[in-house]
Amino acid sequence: MSKTKTIDRAASSPPANPPARTAGEQPVAAQTVTPTGDGRLRIRHLLGLEGVCREDIERILATAESFKEVLDRPIKKVPPLRGQTIVNLFYEPSTRTRISFELAEKRLSADVVNFTASASSVQKGESLRDTVKNILAMKTDVIVIRHPCPGAPHFLTRATDAIVLNAGDGAHEHPTQGLLDIYTIWERWRDLQGKRVLIVGDVAHSRVARSNIWGLLTMGAEVSICGPATLIPKSFAEIGVEVYTDIDKALDRGVDAINVLRIQRERQSSSFLPSLREYSRLFGIDADRARRLRPGALVMHPGPMNRGVEITSEVADGPASVILDQVTNGLAVRMAVLYLLCGGQAPASREGE
Amino acid sequence: MSVQGARPGVRAIVGGRVIDPASGHDGVADVLIADGCVERVGRGAGAGLPDDTVVHAEGLIVAPGFVDLHVHLREPGREDEETVETGSAAGVRGGFTTVCCMPNTEPAIADQETVRFVVDRARAALGKVHPIGAITKDRKGEALAEIAEMVSAGAVAFSDDGAPVANAGLLRRAMEYARMFDVTLVSHAETPDLSRDGVMHEGVVSAKLGLRGMPAISEEICVARDIALSRLTGCHLHIAHVSTADSVGLVRAAKGDGVRVTAEVTPHHLILTDDLIARDFDPLLKVNPPLRTQRDVDALRQGLLDGTIDCIATDHAPHAEQEKDGEFDLASFGMTGLETALGVCHRALIETGLLDWPLLVDCMTRRAAAVFGLKAGRIEPGADADIVCFDPNGQWQVTVQTLASKSKNSPFLGWTLTGVIRATLVDGCMVYQDWSAGVSSPSESDRTRSSIHRSPVAKSVGSSPRR
Repeated sequence: MSKTKTIDRAASSPPANPPARTAGEQPVAAQTVTPTGDGRLRIRHLLGLEGVCREDIERILATAESFKEVLDRPIKKVPPLRGQTIVNLFYEPSTRTRISFELAEKRLSADVVNFTASASSVQKGESLRDTVKNILAMKTDVIVIRHPCPGAPHFLTRATDAIVLNAGDGAHEHPTQGLLDIYTIWERWRDLQGKRVLIVGDVAHSRVARSNIWGLLTMGAEVSICGPATLIPKSFAEIGVEVYTDIDKALDRGVDAINVLRIQRERQSSSFLPSLREYSRLFGIDADRARRLRPGALVMHPGPMNRGVEITSEVADGPASVILDQVTNGLAVRMAVLYLLCGGQAPASREGE
Repeated sequence: MSVQGARPGVRAIVGGRVIDPASGHDGVADVLIADGCVERVGRGAGAGLPDDTVVHAEGLIVAPGFVDLHVHLREPGREDEETVETGSAAGVRGGFTTVCCMPNTEPAIADQETVRFVVDRARAALGKVHPIGAITKDRKGEALAEIAEMVSAGAVAFSDDGAPVANAGLLRRAMEYARMFDVTLVSHAETPDLSRDGVMHEGVVSAKLGLRGMPAISEEICVARDIALSRLTGCHLHIAHVSTADSVGLVRAAKGDGVRVTAEVTPHHLILTDDLIARDFDPLLKVNPPLRTQRDVDALRQGLLDGTIDCIATDHAPHAEQEKDGEFDLASFGMTGLETALGVCHRALIETGLLDWPLLVDCMTRRAAAVFGLKAGRIEPGADADIVCFDPNGQWQVTVQTLASKSKNSPFLGWTLTGVIRATLVDGCMVYQDWSAGVSSPSESDRTRSSIHRSPVAKSVGSSPRR
């Protein structure tokens, strides 16, 4: 695969320092972060959480925390990605992820271009390779890609020199969602070691589940998955996950955080499920089931929710729910990842912007 | 079929280790050739012949030209990917002097006219090319194709390759019908209801990658069904590209029961596994049947060793660059294999100590030819002088430049393979030769080669007809 251009990152991105913080704040989770010296991550792209080391994840969490503080400022914009061009390449409909990325990029002062393709254009018309070559010919530095085909982001790393961020590739991974879920749990306990996380639902088709599983295992959490046997790959037991098809047994093992996945209506038409009603009765999280979580446990959902199917409104809006916190945290986490991967200047102080 | 002409005719191959599994010959000998046929095999038989008609094969293995029962030559229809001519050139580059091409062309090789077209195109090819006809009209799985007419035009076997006949009743009729002409039906064993939309083997790797899986059982159910129909009808059934451990077991049991079943395995299924896809979703690794697990690879190797699997076939499937350069989900299935087969088999079977050269040569020659009853795969007086000379220790690196096929979709690009084809003869004529050193050939010495070796003919696709 020919490399057609070389981006001189050293020139455009001076070594990054952790984002500046205002005096008087707590240090950024210093006890868990092992600095890598130059403040960079070991990964060059964020393609998935499989294989991402604990130090990188901890650095992202710590950086996200300081960006979350930025989001509470009256002026929410910082300059580290000034002069960098990011293209959001979305081959699938997405509301929150696309908006979250776009907002994170703008908060970091990057120039942002959105490219939205209809699903049908994946099959016909211009190939992904040609589309990306065209976009890069316009001198963009970073590609954020959402694509229905697993591995499409990996293909971009072979076909281009750009930094690639996976915003969801088919059923493979959705690493920033995994990171924001992990951040949400970490924010509560500051340490995931031994914490028990249960993922409920259509794991087979879920990129959110996969990214959560890899990241949580790396962070020392104990991960269980639960759902109908048609939607739970039993081979996941081979990667160190407890597999349940009985929600009561899964809850009996003790749960510190439950991540409820969206169940797609088309699973019913393609015979993975007889009916959503039966799914809801067997696996839906209602108040009775939520009461069996451990004290202080979190209820999470990556959205969008099917209220009354996989989760009842009582639970989704209840005291244990952190579903809206996840959305806020997503913005901070995406700012952190963009900042750490794309370099740039440290965020200026309040006055500087 | 006497052939002298533009291509240099060879009178003898001298000094090589002649391995001919059909006659059991394995030892240094000369092979004497006359009128395109083998005249005699014996020590010193080539003494006294003019040097420019002699191939010096000291240090080389001299074997019957390899026979491949399963290639895709894309003609008619996708001549941008391969043609009968370029596919055959790739074949002789890999030591194959006989290949049988599958009917999934556009239009399909499903009637007498199209069989004739391929047979006619084959006349200009460097090696021998035999078409396999479709079982059903247009390979649609709906109505029987005119099998007898295709047999008379030169089809050597029948298959709806890639689109298995899903209707068991229709396949039963096809077997009963084909039995009349004693021709072989080749089964691409797959149960579409179980593998539809799949792009790789179903297992822990597909689960991790979020790619849709093709379960092993999809193949095994079809193998079991087809064996049962063969048992019922008495039709000879050949299972193409066996890829799972349990398929091997089914074939083994059927052979034990006396069912007329044979089987082939591809070089890539003997060495590559599904976990390689996890590295970077490389579409070059997308193939049907999919790459399976190490357990399957081990069972396939064992099946070849104990004779359950009869032969090696490449399933050479050329594809244009744009069909293999993009999303894994959207890429075409298939990989080229004619030119890498020997080296890959060496690594999978000989380096591992499972097979020795005579047995591997047997799997690529006599045992393959026997499946379709082809008159090929032996070095004995009167046989066509289709012969390959290869350096069993020489090495070469697979690159886009070293491949003769029109398409370059090989998963072995970048690999260094052991086993260098030095010369390929078809009907006694040199159709390919390469005496360069290779990457780092341990056996390379300054053997003197006769002028025949420096003739400008080979290595490129010849323009003059062979016969």
